[in-house]
Amino acid sequence: MRLVRIEAEGHKRYIASMYTTELSKNVKPIEAAEDPALVEAFEARVAADEFIEPKDWMPEAYRKTLVRQISQHAHSEIVGMLPEGNWITRAPSLRRKAILLAKVQDEGGHGLYLYCAAETLGTSREEMVEALHSGKAKYSTIFNYPTLTWADIGAIGWLVDGAAIMNQVPLQRTSYGPYARAMVRVCKEESFHQRQGYEIMIALANGTDAQKRMAQDALNRWWWPSLMMFGPPDDNSPNTARSMRWRIKRETNDELRQKFVDITVPQAEYLGLTVPDPALSWNEVKGGYDFGEIDWEEFYAVVRGEGPVAKERMKARREAWDNGAWVRDAAAAHEAKRAAKAAA
Amino acid sequence: MSEGKGHDWPLWEVFVRSKGGLSHRHVGSVHAPDAELALRHARDTYTRRLEGVSLWVVPSSAIVASDPAQSGEMFEPAEDKIYRHPTFYDIPDVVKHI
Amino acid sequence: MPSLPTIEKDVEQRAKSAPDHGAFDSATAGQHDPAVVDYCQRLGDDALILGQRLSEWCGHAPALEVDLSLANIALDLIGQATNFLGLAGNANELAFHRDVLDWKNCWLVEQPNGDFAQTMARQFLFSTWQHMLYDRLAGSSDQRIAAVAAKAVKEVAYHRELAADWVIRLGDGTDESARRMAEGLDWCWRFLPELFELDETLQALVDRGIAVNPQSFEDDYRQAIGAVLAEAKLATPPEQRPILGGRRGHHSEHLGHLLAVMQYLPRTYPDAVW
Repeated sequence: MRLVRIEAEGHKRYIASMYTTELSKNVKPIEAAEDPALVEAFEARVAADEFIEPKDWMPEAYRKTLVRQISQHAHSEIVGMLPEGNWITRAPSLRRKAILLAKVQDEGGHGLYLYCAAETLGTSREEMVEALHSGKAKYSTIFNYPTLTWADIGAIGWLVDGAAIMNQVPLQRTSYGPYARAMVRVCKEESFHQRQGYEIMIALANGTDAQKRMAQDALNRWWWPSLMMFGPPDDNSPNTARSMRWRIKRETNDELRQKFVDITVPQAEYLGLTVPDPALSWNEVKGGYDFGEIDWEEFYAVVRGEGPVAKERMKARREAWDNGAWVRDAAAAHEAKRAAKAAA
Repeated sequence: MSEGKGHDWPLWEVFVRSKGGLSHRHVGSVHAPDAELALRHARDTYTRRLEGVSLWVVPSSAIVASDPAQSGEMFEPAEDKIYRHPTFYDIPDVVKHI
Repeated sequence: MPSLPTIEKDVEQRAKSAPDHGAFDSATAGQHDPAVVDYCQRLGDDALILGQRLSEWCGHAPALEVDLSLANIALDLIGQATNFLGLAGNANELAFHRDVLDWKNCWLVEQPNGDFAQTMARQFLFSTWQHMLYDRLAGSSDQRIAAVAAKAVKEVAYHRELAADWVIRLGDGTDESARRMAEGLDWCWRFLPELFELDETLQALVDRGIAVNPQSFEDDYRQAIGAVLAEAKLATPPEQRPILGGRRGHHSEHLGHLLAVMQYLPRTYPDAVW
């Protein structure tokens, strides 16, 4: 019987069993060299909504696309801790402080689940973190905008988490098992995030003039970046079709964006706030809102790393990692000493 | 492990018993430098919402798994052993408690 | 009128040894015993200031897992603060509308985070003390204080163990971590005597069975600290001149900055509800 180690091994791509080291030398990790029978069987499994598990055979492009998608998702959670973390020490009541801290901590947890899911594909957390810090890996553009007032915490919970939930709920049925399981946990835990944000907005909208101003200003600044979170329009999103076929994306960018607008506009109306889009209007025929043109130049600039506080976000992440190096080393050294002593 | 770069700690698989009487179930993994901190990290990551009453952590490297490429020979032979299941047997409805 | 159960002999017997004060003797609702208020503020302020400090780590810890651990401790502490300050009055009023001179926390908790070693030194020294205190406070004659302490003692036991784990790993890790850990302890050591200070207010409450005399567990404390430091292969720092005054509103410079950040919104918008 062949035995398999579940731990993903560093850079090695596909380890079928303990005894295939010789074999793996011959396996060229490019799509062209992949056995058509294996590819066909894989496509059939995915089309039948079966789950793919870490040690199952999978096309290299599937693996790469997943690593890219899951690690980006993880990076977004981790970088996303920063704009909201900016307000934990300044939350205006003990209740708000505890809620915000718990929420930002949850995001750290979600990053952790997702990094672990990506690690099952043969990449290490360290490699992913280094890719983030070198600018090679991307994360959601939204977190490159600053949180100026307390209302931004409300707006992020309401809009950004709202948009994220829309994206994430379908991913609970994504074809890659560890990713789907991580997303089930993430969605379950995030169910309070959007509600706490909207609750903050309600308090502000019912508050003083200064609070109302804060709330409207936050909506003005976060509305368009939230719509951009769904990614480029479908006609400009080259990999969508393949990702949909592989069940690692379950609805298109434009479908999700439309859904978000339709759900969110009435919520803004309830708050008495104005959505900053003069072109916004209800379209009876399609049963949804028409909305204005998104400034994709802005989006691409932020993707390039030119968001208003992109440098601050990366600096904070690098510092946390670099300043923590001696701690991680010390704990590892302690364990090495203990193990050596136990062996002696 | 070379010093000074703060590499990843080893990976541990986490199992949670959600309440007394149930088995531990795999919930995910954590990185930790040693067993004790692995338990603490598992607690702080996976039981923040009353999810469990007991935790196991196992070094990921210690888990041995069956090979999915061999799942046919491993598991399919059980498929036709239907006589192992109680519903295989016909007992008249009038006969009770069997 | 419904009949009441007969009062049996054993109940009469038990009644003889029951406390001779009860709800009838207690203060009228809405009136607070100033000494008890002061004590609850000390307990609440310690927890809140340390919780606030730990929350500064969120998003910046040495590893993701450690980030989650620190946030859990901070959340426990903010919960304890909410409960204790709630016993002292309006918890949010107290948290967001008092200036330095009215804060009753000890110096140790308001110290800056420094590096991870200094944070862990502070946590280890404080949580060990807090655990021993709450353990005894769960027997307070003030039922409300006893209840809060009884719930919190389990949380604090975990903080104490986690912090000790880290002190041991950093103390007996690399040369650099050992140096940093020793520096962290050195920074905090002068604040230990304040934890065992028994002033008049406290003495009066100890006499009434409401507060715990911290000196009753000082030897245990020193022993427990020494045992962990020995395992961490760290020398116990030499005694330093005690720095006192926190319980009476005299603090380090750090507290004013912490409050400026923490209280900024409620102070800038005094009419607002959040």
